[in-house]
Amino acid sequence: MPKPNKKRNRQGRLVWLMPLLFLGFGLVIAYFIHDKNIAVFHPKGLIAQEQLHLTLFAGALLLAAAVPTMFLLYFTAWKYRESNTKAVHDPYVRLSKSFVWTMWVVPFIFALILAGVMWPATHRLEPKKKIAADAKPMTIQVIAMRWKWIFLYPEQNIATVNFVQLPVDTPVTFELTGDEVPMSSFWIPNLGGQLYAMTSHVNTLNLMAEVPGDYPGATAEINGPGFAGMRFTARASSAADFDRWVSETKQANHKLDAESYANLLKPSESNPAAYYSAYDTDLYGKVIMKYMGSHAAHDNQIETNHEQH
Amino acid sequence: MREFLLGKLDGHALPHEWFTIAGSIAFIAMMLATILVITRLKKWKWLWSEWLTSVDPKKIGIMYFIAGGFMLARGGLDAVMIWLQQAFSSGDSHGYLSADHFQQVFTAHGNIMVFFVAMAFIFGLINYIVPLQIGARDLASPFLNTLGFWLYIAGVVMVNMFFLLGGEYAATGWLAVAPLSGPEFSTGVGVDYWIWSLQISGIGTTLGAINFIMTILRMRAPGMSLWKMPPFTWGSLCSMVMAVTVFPLLTATLFLMFFDRYFGTHFFTTTGGGDPMMYTNLIWMWGHPEVYILMLPAFGVFTEVVSTFSRKAVAFYKTNVIGMIGVSSFALSVWLHHFFTMGASANVNAFFGVMTIFIAIPTAVVFFTWIATMYKGRIKFDTPMLWFLGFVAIFTIGGLSGVILGIPPADFQLHNSLFLVAHFHSNVIGGVLFGIFCGITYWFPKFTGIKLNERIGRQAFWCWVIGFCMSFIPMYILGLMGAPRRLDHYDASTGWQPLFVMMLIGGIIIAIGLALQIAQIIASFIQKNRLRDATGDPWDGRTLEWSVASPPPFYNFTVIPKVNSRDAFWDMKQAGDHKPEYEDIHIPKNTAAGIYISIFAFFIGFGFVWHINWLAVVSFIGILIVFIVRAFDEHPEYTLTASEVKELEAARTKQAKAERRHNPTNDRDEDMGLWELIKVIVTFGFGLARKTLTRGKA
Repeated sequence: MPKPNKKRNRQGRLVWLMPLLFLGFGLVIAYFIHDKNIAVFHPKGLIAQEQLHLTLFAGALLLAAAVPTMFLLYFTAWKYRESNTKAVHDPYVRLSKSFVWTMWVVPFIFALILAGVMWPATHRLEPKKKIAADAKPMTIQVIAMRWKWIFLYPEQNIATVNFVQLPVDTPVTFELTGDEVPMSSFWIPNLGGQLYAMTSHVNTLNLMAEVPGDYPGATAEINGPGFAGMRFTARASSAADFDRWVSETKQANHKLDAESYANLLKPSESNPAAYYSAYDTDLYGKVIMKYMGSHAAHDNQIETNHEQH
Repeated sequence: MREFLLGKLDGHALPHEWFTIAGSIAFIAMMLATILVITRLKKWKWLWSEWLTSVDPKKIGIMYFIAGGFMLARGGLDAVMIWLQQAFSSGDSHGYLSADHFQQVFTAHGNIMVFFVAMAFIFGLINYIVPLQIGARDLASPFLNTLGFWLYIAGVVMVNMFFLLGGEYAATGWLAVAPLSGPEFSTGVGVDYWIWSLQISGIGTTLGAINFIMTILRMRAPGMSLWKMPPFTWGSLCSMVMAVTVFPLLTATLFLMFFDRYFGTHFFTTTGGGDPMMYTNLIWMWGHPEVYILMLPAFGVFTEVVSTFSRKAVAFYKTNVIGMIGVSSFALSVWLHHFFTMGASANVNAFFGVMTIFIAIPTAVVFFTWIATMYKGRIKFDTPMLWFLGFVAIFTIGGLSGVILGIPPADFQLHNSLFLVAHFHSNVIGGVLFGIFCGITYWFPKFTGIKLNERIGRQAFWCWVIGFCMSFIPMYILGLMGAPRRLDHYDASTGWQPLFVMMLIGGIIIAIGLALQIAQIIASFIQKNRLRDATGDPWDGRTLEWSVASPPPFYNFTVIPKVNSRDAFWDMKQAGDHKPEYEDIHIPKNTAAGIYISIFAFFIGFGFVWHINWLAVVSFIGILIVFIVRAFDEHPEYTLTASEVKELEAARTKQAKAERRHNPTNDRDEDMGLWELIKVIVTFGFGLARKTLTRGKA
């Protein structure tokens, strides 16, 4: 029988510190960033708010399951350490069958609760689901390109690059597609979750800003060398400010005509914001039709049209 | 003519950025130095006949470890490059890497760490340990095993080829998602290198997996029913079954992508009726199970370690095994959670969300069996146990964040962010890598006959844990701040930089941990006399691999043991010794066919990467010829007669006795510390220098 090794056991007990270590690092970091924009935790729109609630609920539920388990595991490891002569050592101990049932049933109950909350939430927060609100909803069509975002306002007939302004408390439907670009992911963390923008497809993402301000937007999915610079600003403002901005943009020098669109289509990186006073109303349809021949795209387009009318 | 002979290969391919040139030169210098040393020591013949052509799974296992170790250093270097770039590339500064180069670096990092490090170590462990645990002398097909290993090596060479010869690597992320990786958006050879390194090593994995399933199902010692198999063998079986299920999917997907790029088909392109979303589906149908293929053997390792170091049999063994089987079956039906954001309907997303939540149940059950195993045990905290306890904390954090990511609406906010990257690093480092370290520390005495240095091992462990916290907790928070993954540059106004710097510091601590592990191995060999394991059973083990000497003879077992219970060796120890009766043993002969086939396979890939068609065709014919020649080899084995075995055993026993007499004490508290190691090395270096100098004078 080898004698207990003191140093070894001290190390074993130190392992207890590991969860504390994680907590400590968390606190240090919290100090660093307390005045920064922790987008997911600082929602400025309805959808981001609800997504955060769901995340927090899931996190709390999971911690409620995991913390006692971890405690039990580390406590058992510590209690039955070699140097603890007071602990009972019984290598042939038989644990009761009920323990097996507990092992399966407890995690199952937690999983069931989480799944029970998740299923309706997934339907409620489905990106293409329209948001109910008092204000009249508006549509913004988004085209991802290498490496910039084009925003078309069909109701206002203006277009922008890497900048989008929206009125607060107004449901906005983003219709996402792409043109000559690999899959990109449209994401405004402060306003709500991302969705892929793909050529020949229209994905609809409904968001609603609630607090005026400038929020960063990006592509979360890699789509080539210009990926990191493919950022835009989403400005949420009051309805009056939004109308003022629309009429100002109407005065812009350029139109988004075929020529300027062809220029935009050339790959370019870190583009500054740009504004266009008007665009051809069938532009968006043309971008989709460009990739027709793909059945998937065809179906998708029909579906989208169907929903709109 | 030139185009026919060399395809797209020309001078432009050669490296031209200063660090790629430096890298290539360093790489070539290292190879030349190795060749020189081997030639100087006249070890080529020994290397070829004892190691390279060996079909002994133990030797193949060791070769997997060595290759995996080198690749770990290589992938680690990539990680440091990523950390460095992200720590300083903010605001006006754009870091030292171009966007394209940065993207190549993280793609290579992902591929190397998953395919050429984690897979290598897992296969190494399975190769070495599984036959010993099931009481087999060899694998079902020794040849398939060496072929699988050499195909893996061909993949390793392929993934490093752009380094040596030039060209570029894929800049697409580790799964090269279409259409970014298609011919429209990736025109260089990078993605082709990616395709062929994965294709070749992936076929090797499929072959290896088939072989291990056959071995585990057909070659167990008499009496060892499936319910008596050690947990590590069970984990390996689950993992290999999954590998056979999903790796053909990878092979098919890679072929389709290759057709798109080479022949201009339209499977995954944006135009011509291609569907990139199909690629995403296919690649994740393989990609998600892939991480569980790595994880399940690690679960098995932890079960063994907890049982051995608690000095108790695995509690609720069947529940533990059913948990592992549950994990592996659920793992096949959760792949869609990698792209909730692609726009599937709520019902589809919710279904895969439920599956993802439910996979946590069997995982939790496995955790509970570990607690039950420790209950009323007598736990020794040697380094393998430390790795286990570290794994529990880190893997749990990774698991919880994983379940959150499995809830579609939450995933919309966290997907493709650094939160996701932090999540899977928690699982892959905390789970797989710690499992590998745990397993290697645990079985190191079996591999080499000496135990690893405990003191430096513990220091390495703490470096890993602290470095991990410093590096990946900021990463979780960055994700919550809205930082997408794979950024080569970000705005100063985001306020992310302090966190990225913190990650870099954590990365440096991890690198120190890795360096300490190398030091640990060196220190152990320096003190090999004191750390020698003369008994073959240094931890008071319970399973059959401890019943043989350390390292085991090449035929593993002189007598195939009869198994009556789960802890077969534990029972033997309780029952006491008995005299063995020797018998004839069939040993498979070494073969170089695996090497030749892999060389040809490499050239098929190389030919297709650079559009050198004749090379691919010639190499394919070469493979056929080697196969046919090998198929006509009617004597792939030889017989070791009972009397020869007896002689070998007698010699071995005598040596072991002598060693035991030589080193009666085995007190681990006197393990060499780091400073002592440095002193020894410096003294040795000075001695060597003095000797060379004086010889020069004379």
